[in-house]
Amino acid sequence: MSETALTATAAVASVPSGVRTPWSEFWRKFRRQHVAVLALAFVVVLVALAILAPWIAPYDAENFFDYDRINEGPSFAHWLGVDPLGRDILSRILLGGRISLATGFLSVAIGGLVGTVLGLLAGYYEGWWDRIVMRLSDVLFAFPGILLALGVVAILGSSLVNVVVAVSVFSVPAFARLVRGNTLVLKRATYVEAARSIGASDRTILLRHILPGTVSSIVVYFTMRLGTSIITAASLSFLGMGAQPPTPEWGAMLNDARADMVSSPHVAIFPSLAIFLTVLAFNLLGDGLRDALDPKLDRA
Amino acid sequence: MLTFFLKRLLGLLPTLAIVAVLVFLFVHMLPGDPARLAAGQDADQQTVELVRAELGLDRSLPEQFGRYFLNMARGDVGVSIRTRRPVATEIGERFMPTLLLTLTSMAWAVAFGLVIGIVSAVYRNEWPDRLGMTLAVSGISFPAFALGMLLMQIFSVGLGWLPTVGAGSWKHYILPSLTLGAAVAAVMARFTRASFVEVLGEDFVRTARAKGLKERVVIAKHCLRNALIPVVTMMGLQFGFLLGGSIVVEAVFNWPGVGRLLVDSVNQRDYPVIQALVLMFSLEFILINLVVDLLYGLINPTIRYK
Repeated sequence: MSETALTATAAVASVPSGVRTPWSEFWRKFRRQHVAVLALAFVVVLVALAILAPWIAPYDAENFFDYDRINEGPSFAHWLGVDPLGRDILSRILLGGRISLATGFLSVAIGGLVGTVLGLLAGYYEGWWDRIVMRLSDVLFAFPGILLALGVVAILGSSLVNVVVAVSVFSVPAFARLVRGNTLVLKRATYVEAARSIGASDRTILLRHILPGTVSSIVVYFTMRLGTSIITAASLSFLGMGAQPPTPEWGAMLNDARADMVSSPHVAIFPSLAIFLTVLAFNLLGDGLRDALDPKLDRA
Repeated sequence: MLTFFLKRLLGLLPTLAIVAVLVFLFVHMLPGDPARLAAGQDADQQTVELVRAELGLDRSLPEQFGRYFLNMARGDVGVSIRTRRPVATEIGERFMPTLLLTLTSMAWAVAFGLVIGIVSAVYRNEWPDRLGMTLAVSGISFPAFALGMLLMQIFSVGLGWLPTVGAGSWKHYILPSLTLGAAVAAVMARFTRASFVEVLGEDFVRTARAKGLKERVVIAKHCLRNALIPVVTMMGLQFGFLLGGSIVVEAVFNWPGVGRLLVDSVNQRDYPVIQALVLMFSLEFILINLVVDLLYGLINPTIRYK
């Protein structure tokens, strides 16, 4: 159904209304899911806030200290209150959003790209290459994500860049499996056979005929994976292995807030809410995309 | 059944071997000199060489690998750089609290997950379903460390009902295991619902209803078993998640388990401990998958073990 999904965006403008294109079909199904549409709107707002954060944040997130209001709760001057060092929590959350979205997106993008290429090649050529890729995927799967990430951080040291590397590594096998499965089915499809019979090269078949067929499941999985990756990255920072102080990363902010949990719970509550709402939005969006694009994909 | 089990066990060997090689190479992938790390920052060259010889790092790579394998087979996984105690002792002391925590969490997760999933499927698109699925998607989206801090704030600090940190009594288990189990319960609930909805549409369910069985019997006897097959597989995969999640949850609740040991070891670059722990986690995960395979056969009699 979605083999033309990639080119559909370009085509939709020239199609007269009333004609069903994959894109319009998708939009018709997606629009009916009000929760998912709401989640999409929220994600758009989040991305906008993340991009504009340095300009709209009311204070400097790292270097402004309001010593008169240390640990104070929400007020007009500081909408979400002040942390134990006197920094404005709203500004820190806004700038932290930039970090969380960027780490989440980058790591899934890298992992997804590598995984997709490996999966396409493994599914298309099978044989020894397939066996190696799948065996390695099994091994990577045998490591719980955060454990793998801890291993990478142990080798490379604690930093945000290394967290991105770590989280990408554990996204690879999931994408490789997904794409390989799709490729195995699609390469036996009649239209692929037709393409081959008119002399299309392997490269053309893979890139123009098989890849577009897997795009919808990749998009769905990508969105769902974003939530998991944001949580993993924040967990690593929470454990002190990702973003280092004073970087306003959400997980790191929660770690800082632990000591003063009893006297000033608002310092922990707002970053928690930020992570929760962001991940929730991506998960709901993923659910909606799945129902609209790929109803057969696993529901977990 | 037994031959199947043995075959599967043999099939695990390649995976385990790759993991072992990776873990071995781990030390050699590290930036810097492990001997210098072990000897400490201020050690002079002579001491570093002594430590290098003591750790066997002066030999050739294949020779080291052989020794590493032989030692492992004898159960000797080295000495902790941080505490100077055998790694096996360190892990041994921390193993039970983590195992118990993981099992308690799994019990919560399965209980909540199955009930929410089944109720949601039976009352599909009605309010119990909406409530259950809202809870489930929230459970997946709430990071464990934030949930743990929140629960601790409410029940330990605010209400004073439960202890905050440590693992002394059964009361200590409640909050950490709920925290750890929440995400798994959520995944189980979503998965159970999906699987149940599918089974509810099968012909044999209609037949069961048509012959006048009570709805409760149809659900408990005819649907449950069939719907559980994919759920059990999911359970196995989620165990790995619990193992990973325990690392974070143990940090929140200051739990004296292997997860916290791992975090401390990574922070202090205590490589022998990291090596052993990663190997142990992987072995655990691989064994759990084997158990799941066997359970699968118990639930689904159509699978023949060949």
